[in-house]
Amino acid sequence: MHSDLIHFIFGRLTLDAIPYHEPILVATFAGVAVGGLAMFVAITYFKLWGYLWRDWFTSVDHKKIGIMYMVLGTVMLLRGFSDAIMMRIQQAIAFNGSAGYLPPEHYDQIFTAHGVIMIFFVAMPMVVGLMNIVMPMQIGARDVAFPFLNNFSFWMTVAGALLVMLSLFIGEFARTGWLAYPPLSGIAYSPDEGVDYYIWALQVAGVGTLLSGVNMVVTIIKMRAPGMTLMKMPIFCWTSLCTNVLIVAAFPVLTAVLVLLSLDRYAGTNFFTNDLGGNAMMYVNLIWIWGHPEVYILILPAFGIFSEVVSTFCGKQLFGYASMVYATVVITILSYLVWLHHFFTMGSGASVNSFFGITTMIISIPTGAKMFNWLFTMYRGRIRFEVPMLWAVGFMFTFVIGGMTGVLLAVPPADFVLHNSLFLIAHFHNVIIGGVLFGLFAGINYWFPKSTGFKLDPFWGKVSFWFWLSGFWVAFTPLYVLGLMGVTRRLNHFDDPSLQIWFQIAAAGAALIFLGIIAFLVQIYVSIRDRNSARLRDTTGDPWNGRTLEWSTSSPPPDYNFAFTPVVHDIDAWDDMKRRGYQRPLDGYKAIHMPKNTGTGVILGALSVGLAFGLIWYMWWLAALSFFLMLATAIGHTFIYKRDFYIPAEDVIETEAKRTALLAGQV
Amino acid sequence: MLSKTLRGLLLLPLLALCAGCNMVVLPPAGDVALQQRDLVVISTVLMLLIIVPVMALTGWFAWHFRQSNKDAHYDPDFHHSTSLELVIWSAPLLIIIALGAVTWISTHTLDPYRKLDRLSAAHRVDPSVKPLKVQVVALDWKWLFIYPDYGFATVNELAAPVDVPIDFQITASSVMNAFYVPALAGMIYAMPAMETQLHAVINQPGSYEGFSANYSGAGFSDMHFRFYGKSQAEFEQWVAQVKAGGGSLGREGYLALARPSEREPVRHYAEAAPGLYDAILNLCVEPGKMCMKDMMKIDAKGGLGMAGVYNVGMLTHDRPSRFYGVGPEAQSRSPYVMALCAAEPGPLWSPAASAR
Repeated sequence: MHSDLIHFIFGRLTLDAIPYHEPILVATFAGVAVGGLAMFVAITYFKLWGYLWRDWFTSVDHKKIGIMYMVLGTVMLLRGFSDAIMMRIQQAIAFNGSAGYLPPEHYDQIFTAHGVIMIFFVAMPMVVGLMNIVMPMQIGARDVAFPFLNNFSFWMTVAGALLVMLSLFIGEFARTGWLAYPPLSGIAYSPDEGVDYYIWALQVAGVGTLLSGVNMVVTIIKMRAPGMTLMKMPIFCWTSLCTNVLIVAAFPVLTAVLVLLSLDRYAGTNFFTNDLGGNAMMYVNLIWIWGHPEVYILILPAFGIFSEVVSTFCGKQLFGYASMVYATVVITILSYLVWLHHFFTMGSGASVNSFFGITTMIISIPTGAKMFNWLFTMYRGRIRFEVPMLWAVGFMFTFVIGGMTGVLLAVPPADFVLHNSLFLIAHFHNVIIGGVLFGLFAGINYWFPKSTGFKLDPFWGKVSFWFWLSGFWVAFTPLYVLGLMGVTRRLNHFDDPSLQIWFQIAAAGAALIFLGIIAFLVQIYVSIRDRNSARLRDTTGDPWNGRTLEWSTSSPPPDYNFAFTPVVHDIDAWDDMKRRGYQRPLDGYKAIHMPKNTGTGVILGALSVGLAFGLIWYMWWLAALSFFLMLATAIGHTFIYKRDFYIPAEDVIETEAKRTALLAGQV
Repeated sequence: MLSKTLRGLLLLPLLALCAGCNMVVLPPAGDVALQQRDLVVISTVLMLLIIVPVMALTGWFAWHFRQSNKDAHYDPDFHHSTSLELVIWSAPLLIIIALGAVTWISTHTLDPYRKLDRLSAAHRVDPSVKPLKVQVVALDWKWLFIYPDYGFATVNELAAPVDVPIDFQITASSVMNAFYVPALAGMIYAMPAMETQLHAVINQPGSYEGFSANYSGAGFSDMHFRFYGKSQAEFEQWVAQVKAGGGSLGREGYLALARPSEREPVRHYAEAAPGLYDAILNLCVEPGKMCMKDMMKIDAKGGLGMAGVYNVGMLTHDRPSRFYGVGPEAQSRSPYVMALCAAEPGPLWSPAASAR
């Protein structure tokens, strides 16, 4: 009876699930616990809880939500990078009979977690965060179309990230690789909770991503300033539009395939099992039908960021705007026609393989055109090598190599010898780090003054850039070489001693990247410390001589972004306004209609952690209770009728008068 | 195909970088891998035609048009040029057309399912020579090789005579793996209840590394085997040695072997049960189980209604389960068709049943 009760309450969660016998994890936990406690005490001591709750957690302001996404991405980057450096050290020392310091059951979790975290909880939040901060301002809007949904999406993403972090200290994470191919991820071969953590973390975060995608598509379609036709939108808005269309079309596939996998695991169905008519190849197809568009979901916004950065710092309109738009749209469509190139080695016929190989190569045509567009934007420009532009040029050099190796892998017989090899690993890190991450850093350095009112320190920015760039090449060139030596991925230890030197070089590269990350954190610290210095403070709202509408308002922008909705006449609307001697209106302000903050998103996010945790550990009462409370909260939320308010005209006048004074002091 | 100079030029920096190490993908010992290598080189050279100018232009523009260079021509209104845009779209297009043609042709000629028609650039396959058949099963975490024409089997050791085509049939016992001998030919997945094929030839005698190239669980990192290319005489000698070593691999023996284990030593079985590979592929190694292909035959003829459902229920995988102990519960029950078809051994009978 007693044990029945314990079983009912805790499901399959037992004390053994707490990894107190793993020194690495205990140390990590101690670190996290001490850090978390210190933060908790500090927030309580400085009485910041109320401020955080009112002004941040419950905020529906797209700028604040965007900043919270960036913070989440940065924190998770530290976790994902810790995994990376642990793998690099393991592979650098596990030679000559040494098993290294990570046994397979631990190592296998680390490479799985590294992939999941970097894609879902670093790249995605940062991409969505930048879109949140920038896109509404670029189209001259005051918020996104569905402000509450935006807040809810963010907290669902946080809930997913929390679940992955929980798996570090309670139980284990999946040991299946980041896409959890069955049959290995099926209940027969992975009976423990790892794959369930994987499934529910992605399902919960996936809800957030999907809703955020819907939100942004509607925002871009419906809320552009008067005069801003689609072909006058900034390129970043175009790439955001295409990315969110991809999200809306692709994420339901991920949700569906994970539902099927969880049915296999929970309800004894046989979609992907070996027996009873199941077929694992279906899973592999479905997950890549989501997975390949996902790659473009990440890279397209980065292309948008580079377009804005290159055009601004060259002091020129982007070369070939229309080309750029068409290229983006073509990539969007083609990204659905290439998924099979991830498994040419599965034995599809030659014609099927060639078809997918050739469609993959065709994507390189619009991508190449984009590269030339940036190149000819630089041509006859006047290039200021500020930090964002450094990232852009670093990207152009790095990404072409990644693109080249990508097209090489698209040739099926070449893929037969390079698939699953470290050459492939080097390739996709080449495009994800060299493309997405460099883009994010360019974007962070570029838009930071807009969100906060002060620039990021350029010295530490340059330090960070050079460490990242050199670290990337030192870490991944050896992997290209190792791939050509026939070394494949996910290996825990090696026999051939001649390989070791390459892994050691790669580990040294990871150390350089580590310094790059440290420099980035120092950059943020120094910038916050010196935020009021004339060197960093931005009083103009337009520190880079920008070209798009976000630079027309103050830094940081007021809650309502624009006191008057701007009217757009040309591409690069703000540049056009400046050229025509735009005068900022000084009176005629009216009260502004705005959405109200709400805590529902936080509550739903917290409850979904409870729901997922209950499902993972078979604590059915917790799952049922959380689910019921979620329903109740969601229904309860619909009865909140007072969702909006007006910022009184006096407040607007006061805010704008301050800005007028600031601008006057500036000149 | 491609001039030796060009190839040398491309390989030079890589080789200089890697003096003394073993780049097995670049100088392989098998003709298929060699052709795949050539393709890697050709594609890379084709793409460098556009990559090198782009990188050079990036460097030059970035330097020349820097703000501090007062001699550079600044033209903020240069943002469109129809002829230039035609060029930037058509240059990659031309490269991709060339590469696409190469891809279409090479994917078909190097299709792993296609029978070989050449042994090397100079030698065609002699149609009178019988290819060596090898049946490959990826187990947790070791490799089983069955030589059906010789009737023996090995674990973690594979040998083949040089310049004789090898026909691989590949499957797996539990999870996905990939069969990969870099010196011989590209990889292909090994999947349970499914068969993939690979046709290849080894041209130089030697000892090569083979392994699983697709992560398959805890023992994956040690899932290696040796692949030996031997002269015909040496191969015959090796076969005789295996045959003389004794030992046999029956169905029970297979089920024991298939249980998860790591770092398995090389094993030889002078005899392997006939039809073992077929039974593994059709999930019916365990005695009394109906084979998947027989069930599919019944279904193709219209099925058996509710009885068919019962049959499918019997199709549990040959899982010497890692976690559930040995022997699924299905063992004690008899396939429904046995009752329907009475005792007449016919096409519907599984090898498992007929073996008894």
